[in-house]
Amino acid sequence: MMNKHYLPIIIFFLVIPIFYIGLDRNKSELPSPLIGKEMPKFSLPSLQNSNNIIDNSNFDYEIFLLNVWATWCSGCLEEHPFLMQLSKSNQIPIIGLNWRDNKNDAIDWLENYGDPYNLIANDKLGRVAIDWGVYGAPESFLVDSNGIIIHKHLGPLNEKIWEQDFVSLIRDVNNK
Amino acid sequence: MKKIYYFILFATFSPIVFAIDTGLAFEDSKLQERYEKLISEVRCLVCQNQSIKSSNVFLAVDLRNEIKIMIGKGKSNNEIGDYLVERYGEFILYRPRYTGYSLFLWIAPLALMLGGLFVVMRVIKSKSN
Repeated sequence: MMNKHYLPIIIFFLVIPIFYIGLDRNKSELPSPLIGKEMPKFSLPSLQNSNNIIDNSNFDYEIFLLNVWATWCSGCLEEHPFLMQLSKSNQIPIIGLNWRDNKNDAIDWLENYGDPYNLIANDKLGRVAIDWGVYGAPESFLVDSNGIIIHKHLGPLNEKIWEQDFVSLIRDVNNK
Repeated sequence: MKKIYYFILFATFSPIVFAIDTGLAFEDSKLQERYEKLISEVRCLVCQNQSIKSSNVFLAVDLRNEIKIMIGKGKSNNEIGDYLVERYGEFILYRPRYTGYSLFLWIAPLALMLGGLFVVMRVIKSKSN
């Protein structure tokens, strides 16, 4: 009979970790349902030359990073030096998705700060961004050689995040 | 001094104007009603505590537009919901669906209540014996 009095205490200690995990979760960062799925089909003009069309066929059989950016996005400027560094290291092609931006501003921006992108698609209307589930720039998607999205990072990239979350995934894909 | 009074008067009574979609999305009132109900149930992920109906962030504008197009194409509410969930996850809908983890969340309170009721009944029974 004595055991019964301990029951609420036991329940209390069982529940605490659940609440603790709940508190710790970053609610502004949502897991993307697109992870593990094929990248959305798209076809957009290139930012620099609107006669060039960039679509899924540009990325066949190659792992790449899709980086969503815009000149109105302050986090994009923050991560820019890292993208420049990444582009120089030739680890991975970087594809830019210029989201809901002014074309001339974007081109000026690249002239001022440097252009780390292999290709930049101009998503003026933001419809492709919706297909990728984009809701805040910068966002970066890692797409493997089969066209499957294997990772998404929300917010500015930096060396630490890259080493932590991207490098081993890229190694795994390249070793396959 | 008078100027200041007028200023305060007008400042406090000036109507707050939100320029959210001028005009109606649909001429058909039934479609318009459906559209308005739908967009009031979609979360604006940038602002999180607002629906895309009451937000003017451009992502909300884009999503409203996308929903408008889909209604125009004759898509059902379910299809539109699927479209959003496929891209943004369950969180984008204010009313979660009855699947997976959210099904558990729907059922759990009921199950807990029934469990509690069962315990109470047993206690009463044993006491009265």
